[in-house]
Amino acid sequence: MIAEIGLAVLWMAAALAVLQLFAGFSALRPGGKALAGVVRPLAVMQGVLVAISFLALIDLFLETDLSVKLVAANSHSMKPFIFKLAGTWGNHEGSMLLWITIMAVSGGVVALVEKRLREDTLIATLAGQAFVSLGFYAFLLLSSNPFERLPEPAPEGQGLNPLLQDIGLAFHPPTLYVGYVGLSVAFSFAIGALITRDVGPAFARAMRPWVLGAWIFLTVGITAGSYWAYYTLGWGGWWFWDPVENASLMPWLAATALLHSCSVLASRNALRAWTVMLGVIAFSMSMVGTFLVRSGILTSVHAFAVDPERGSFILALLAIYIGGALALFGIRASTVTEGERFSLFSREASLVFNNVMLCGILGIVLLGTLYPLMTEAFGAKVSVGPPYFNPVSAIFAIPMMLMMGVGPLLRWRKDKPSRITATVAIPALVVALVLLAVVLMFPSIRILPMLGIAVGAGLAVGSWLPLKGRNLRRTPFAVWGMVVAHCGLGVALLGAASESAFSTERLAAMNVGDTQSVGPIALKLEKIEPVAGPNWTAIEATVTASYKGGTPVTLHPQARTFTSPPGERTESALHTRWNGQLYAVLGNEGDDGRWQMRFWWKPFVPLLWLGGLLVAFGGLLALIGRVAQDVKRVRVNDKIAFRKTQQDMLK
Amino acid sequence: MKRLIIAILTLLLATPLAAQDQMPPAPLAYKQLDDPALEAKAQGLMETLRCLKCQSQSIADSDAPMAGDMRHQVRTRIAAGEEPEAIRTWLVERYGDYVSYAPQNKPIMWPLFAAPLVILLLAVFLLRGRFRSAGKKETDNKVAGE
Repeated sequence: MIAEIGLAVLWMAAALAVLQLFAGFSALRPGGKALAGVVRPLAVMQGVLVAISFLALIDLFLETDLSVKLVAANSHSMKPFIFKLAGTWGNHEGSMLLWITIMAVSGGVVALVEKRLREDTLIATLAGQAFVSLGFYAFLLLSSNPFERLPEPAPEGQGLNPLLQDIGLAFHPPTLYVGYVGLSVAFSFAIGALITRDVGPAFARAMRPWVLGAWIFLTVGITAGSYWAYYTLGWGGWWFWDPVENASLMPWLAATALLHSCSVLASRNALRAWTVMLGVIAFSMSMVGTFLVRSGILTSVHAFAVDPERGSFILALLAIYIGGALALFGIRASTVTEGERFSLFSREASLVFNNVMLCGILGIVLLGTLYPLMTEAFGAKVSVGPPYFNPVSAIFAIPMMLMMGVGPLLRWRKDKPSRITATVAIPALVVALVLLAVVLMFPSIRILPMLGIAVGAGLAVGSWLPLKGRNLRRTPFAVWGMVVAHCGLGVALLGAASESAFSTERLAAMNVGDTQSVGPIALKLEKIEPVAGPNWTAIEATVTASYKGGTPVTLHPQARTFTSPPGERTESALHTRWNGQLYAVLGNEGDDGRWQMRFWWKPFVPLLWLGGLLVAFGGLLALIGRVAQDVKRVRVNDKIAFRKTQQDMLK
Repeated sequence: MKRLIIAILTLLLATPLAAQDQMPPAPLAYKQLDDPALEAKAQGLMETLRCLKCQSQSIADSDAPMAGDMRHQVRTRIAAGEEPEAIRTWLVERYGDYVSYAPQNKPIMWPLFAAPLVILLLAVFLLRGRFRSAGKKETDNKVAGE
């Protein structure tokens, strides 16, 4: 019964989306004002219905209702609660339902709370949102119904891919999805503003919290995904420039650019067309990402739910939405004026510079990801990997990060270089000194890690300088957010560069009782024994590790074997110190009875993910600040309007 | 006698092929070279070679037996004094361009190398128009793509 309710509710929601699209569309025509009032309630109702449908699917998974095809294929009665829950979206149909749920609920929220925007722009936005979600309803209802019943209930479920039975991964995909879908809201705003020719600060302020929110989720998602790859894949790698990783990085790059140009538009009324364009690009990148992940058109370490046919459906959606949006942009771009001008030496100019750099990286990542596909059309099978992406993205990333030390110090519109030279000297000095120290201490270091360490250190310090001369108590949250996020990026770069420059590796065949060392750490294999979990068994090693002769700590790397479905996974063991991380992996048993052990000492690598979290936290601070500011502004406006009506009545 | 020797030699040659599946991993698949400088060289190369049996991983971080064999090959050749680029060329001849994550210098890859330059030129072209008229009080001057 639950499954039928879920499906029926989903169909109703799709019907409401059709209504929302047509009501919105006709409300924008001269004679159709009568329908304007129903668009908001429709959007809210649609959000509620889809949420019910998603809750129904969660319920089916929690109860492990094996008469439902999706549950039987992806769940198992013996699975721990949290993975039953995560199983809801750990598959194609469920994740698409999650996508549309987030999208419809966001649409509902926009309809409920958005009051700053002109009414016709908002209606156009909601109509755009309905148009985008209709494609996904069609996809879900016509080709991937999550509520399909089996003719005969299955005796037992088939379980979840062992790689996915990990707490990090249970919440990683939905995090990215929220980010992707948040960008769909930004896209709808951009479409709405284009339709009603209302690209201005009000539009940017309405769009900004959604971009910020999406960007925070994307940042957290990418950071968590990288950490997951790091500890699950068992070889200490944390970024592979893999298509699926690139698929999450591209929307992030576009969202970062959009976020900054949105700020310029909101506070300076400049960069109008550029902001709209980025809004379209950001969501396009989300769609391209989903397409790459779902179609399996490129091989990837993260490919779990791959189906070429569905890929073509998403490709068709991509063509309709992005092609349509770009066509609309082409038609309307000439009517969107550029906005306020600014001089070459101003904060706007520095933001434009970094926007261009971000788009440069985006272009490189997009091209590098798709290049093997393109050459295949000419019969050449090639690979594009880190040796291309690392140096080429650095061409854009390093000037960008240097600019991040200067830009926030500049004034809007026009500034004098002499005003900030003394302040900029501090990070410049840090970069120079660190560069010198690294070159002297480690003459054999490669050029990219060397630059990374110097620029990362400079940025981590220089990012705090915008606070100089400010009253810290009165500094707006948004400024704090910027400072923290910029610092986080520097910290992350520092961690990444240090990992790639100073990691040491030790591969060894060990008997119980043998000792080894990796970097400054002495290791001893104490014992090997079998252990069992709820749905897996494992061989577990006990290793003691001592840093420079200090108190030993114990690590338990495991090799796990899962039963339903059958699969194996190495469970690496980590020991984190303030100055680095020890990474231990238990491999196979050799013919001579010795165990293959792998150890890495990775100096300062935790900074990488700490930095990522700092970036997200900075975003959160900015979001809180912006929303509080907006709420205040709305209250003040309400008060003014109220006074006005009172005065009018008195008259 | 001669025939017997040849037969035995043939047998010896054939064994590795026949036993490839059950063989334990090649000696240097999970063992580092003793000389840290050579190992670093080998590691640098392995990180840029694609594991052909896996999904988008380098041979430096893969459990696949084939990646292990390739690591063994790389380490053996590095230890024998070969240069990394020579080994890469040898592997590319054997397995095709697909095996190398570093793009090869071939006409089909030239657009990829040209891309950063093209992007930079495009950016300069777009921004040139943007700032040339900056400072003047024109508010309605439109610039394509800006």
